[in-house]
Amino acid sequence: MTPDTAAPVELVGLDKTFAASGGGAVHALSGIELRLAPGEFVSLIGPSGCGKSTLLRVVADLEQPSSGTVLVGGKSPRQARLEQDYGIAFQQAGLLEWRTVAENVELPLHVHGVAKAERRARAAELLEMVGLADFAAHRPSQLSGGMQQRVAIARSLATRPKLLLMDEPFGALDEMTRERMQAELLRIADETGAAVLFVTHSIPEAVVLSDRVVVMSPRPGRITDVVKGRRPRGAATTGGRGVDGARPEDAVDDVRESADFFTAVTEVREALRKGSQ
Amino acid sequence: MTTAVEGPRRRLRAGRVWPPVVFGVVALLLWELLVTVSGIPAFLLPAPSAIATQVVASFPTILSTAAVTGGNALVGLVVGFVLGVGLALLAARSRIISELANPLVSAAAAVPIVALAPVFTTMFGSTTELPRRLVVAVVVVVPVFVSTARGLAQVTPVHHDLMTALAATPTQFSRFVRLPGAVPYIMTGLRLAAPASVIAAIVAEYFGGLQNGLGSRITSAAANTAYARAWAFVVASIVLGLAFYLAGLLAERLVTRTPTRREP
Amino acid sequence: MRTAGQVEPGRSPWSRWRGAAMAVAAFVLLVVLWELVKLVVPADGVSVGGVRVLPRTSDAAMPHVWTVLGTLFDPEVAGAAQQRSVGAAVLSGALFTLRLSLGGLLLGGVLGVLLALLMQRSGLLERALLPYIVASQTVPLIAIAPLVAGWGGKIAVFGQPWQPWASVMVIAAYLAFFPIAVGMLRGLTSPRAEDVELFRALACGWWTTLIRLRLPASVPFLIPAARLGAAAAVIGAIVAEISTGTRGGVGRLIIEYAQAATGDPSRMYTAILGAAVLGLVAAGAVGLLDLALRRYQAVAR
Repeated sequence: MTPDTAAPVELVGLDKTFAASGGGAVHALSGIELRLAPGEFVSLIGPSGCGKSTLLRVVADLEQPSSGTVLVGGKSPRQARLEQDYGIAFQQAGLLEWRTVAENVELPLHVHGVAKAERRARAAELLEMVGLADFAAHRPSQLSGGMQQRVAIARSLATRPKLLLMDEPFGALDEMTRERMQAELLRIADETGAAVLFVTHSIPEAVVLSDRVVVMSPRPGRITDVVKGRRPRGAATTGGRGVDGARPEDAVDDVRESADFFTAVTEVREALRKGSQ
Repeated sequence: MTTAVEGPRRRLRAGRVWPPVVFGVVALLLWELLVTVSGIPAFLLPAPSAIATQVVASFPTILSTAAVTGGNALVGLVVGFVLGVGLALLAARSRIISELANPLVSAAAAVPIVALAPVFTTMFGSTTELPRRLVVAVVVVVPVFVSTARGLAQVTPVHHDLMTALAATPTQFSRFVRLPGAVPYIMTGLRLAAPASVIAAIVAEYFGGLQNGLGSRITSAAANTAYARAWAFVVASIVLGLAFYLAGLLAERLVTRTPTRREP
Repeated sequence: MRTAGQVEPGRSPWSRWRGAAMAVAAFVLLVVLWELVKLVVPADGVSVGGVRVLPRTSDAAMPHVWTVLGTLFDPEVAGAAQQRSVGAAVLSGALFTLRLSLGGLLLGGVLGVLLALLMQRSGLLERALLPYIVASQTVPLIAIAPLVAGWGGKIAVFGQPWQPWASVMVIAAYLAFFPIAVGMLRGLTSPRAEDVELFRALACGWWTTLIRLRLPASVPFLIPAARLGAAAAVIGAIVAEISTGTRGGVGRLIIEYAQAATGDPSRMYTAILGAAVLGLVAAGAVGLLDLALRRYQAVAR
């Protein structure tokens, strides 16, 4: 398999235990089997402590698995990290206050020695994509929380990754901003064709964004169920900006108001309840 | 947006300015009155007017002695600042160095460093400015090191994760995250050290060595019972100290674009 | 509220042990460095363009560490009938200065806390005084030490002639006063508005709010302030001794030994060592206060 057609993420029999402070061990993840298809949007949902963030961090090579196989685009997580095959965003935007918004977006390219002119051009393109072109020269602290998170997403896209890892990126935002950001993210995912592994604790968010919603339960963290998501595939972009001025939000709002959406939400909620028993 | 912010602040400033000014003027007047009317002897407290007269009379001497003391303070400040920041950078890189440096700096913070003045005088001779500058440098190292080390330790977990995910090298991590993040703290260290350098330069003169600075003039004037003149040099010391403080404050404000709220 | 200069208190006994060992190693290294400089650098130092950049290393300038330690056991006055060792003289001088420093710290501390309470009570007073108190921390107040020296023997308080040691204590108190007043005020005003409003909603008066909320909340601010104040009091006492010519203290000993022994500086080094130990002991006294008030340190900010 060449890296281009390899699964963006492939987890086989993944186990992760942490040494606890009392001398014991915490079994964070147990027997995780998960495979993402190229361009697929998968959400991880579950109560706190179910290991969903740990799972994402293992994929990002921020934590080491205790056992099992982890492949990111057919490579080891470490190799994928060193080759910048994935982009990542956290709950906190984590922008560097001493850099302008554009310079923050450029950071991944700067770290990897891309020439200045090229960095500038790419940052401008990305800020255009997240609708912040006018704020390129601002300081992060001059932006609202939602805008900062958009900058963080733009930054995660800088190296044109085929995989986005997102750890509750909208967790700190208010509901209205959050819904707008979800539509933005769907449009970006469609435009870039990137696969997304998305950690959240919001059921509607998981349903509206995902192709698949992976339901997890705690102690030890394992996958208890997989629910089909209601991602409005293609609608957000192909119909989106071009045709009669329809906004990307519209397609997503249609989904949010459909009866089918509530069916899926109920399905996830019941899966969560079953998993925690 | 700016006007909306500045309006209330300016009104606040006015409310903040007059009480200390009134207090200062009243205190000075009371002091003058007390001394002239009740006849407090000059050795206890000379009248402000007498001190002012002496400031004018000894102005050339004040300028030249203040230049000597200020020069010593400045040289020591620069040397100590560079040493303090450098040591903190080393300590942030190596656990051994930090474990060795921390107890020494903690001890130095408690110990009267100015008492080292006679040591440096015997080691380097009493005919140069070097001993006093060294005392100032050692005094300055302490707050600069402590503040810089604190700043370098202030890396948030999300920045750490981010730079790891970006596969940044340790050098890049220092350059992009650690050092820029520490700049406000380094400048706070400088702001704290600037007035301390003047104090150290003056006190070091009390321990012997060359007798050409403000501190030695205070001592010699007091020894000659010329109390008003001694106070005139005290006033000059205070002005010099304030000048260093304000310069440090200005440097801090200029360098840190967004003022940090963290007070040491 | 620990200063970053301190070693983090280790969780395990092993890391605490390691911290102590490294502290000892640091001081041993310092001694080794001293001896190394003495060994390597020529006796008359190194001058570049007439400016000596490396120190003189002859025994008259940099005695061996063991010579200094040996001096502690030498008799202070050769051939005197009553033999008192240099070490005993330094010790008694350090104790004398320690008493004056701690007395000054206590006096300055009490006055500082009282003024902080007054300023907390009256906003006008705070606005009038605080700029001066903050500024006073940045100006060389210690410069007035030689002037207070003039008080000795010339004035009387309540019929008691003014003692020279009292000048020393006044200066120590004066220097300790300012950092403590600032720290205490910051601590008293540190409780969050919600907490103050809660007390108001419970109809608590100023006193209850003070005792139950403001005082406990000020402890994490008071301790570092007291640490600064202790260091300032020690420096103040030593400098005051020097400029007032007060006998009996370690500051005076530094000058006496420095002037008396041009050929053998070891005695001066013992006195400076005494002053350093004095500073550490004063800091230790604040450490005891810290321990006593430990349970208030975890107050949520």
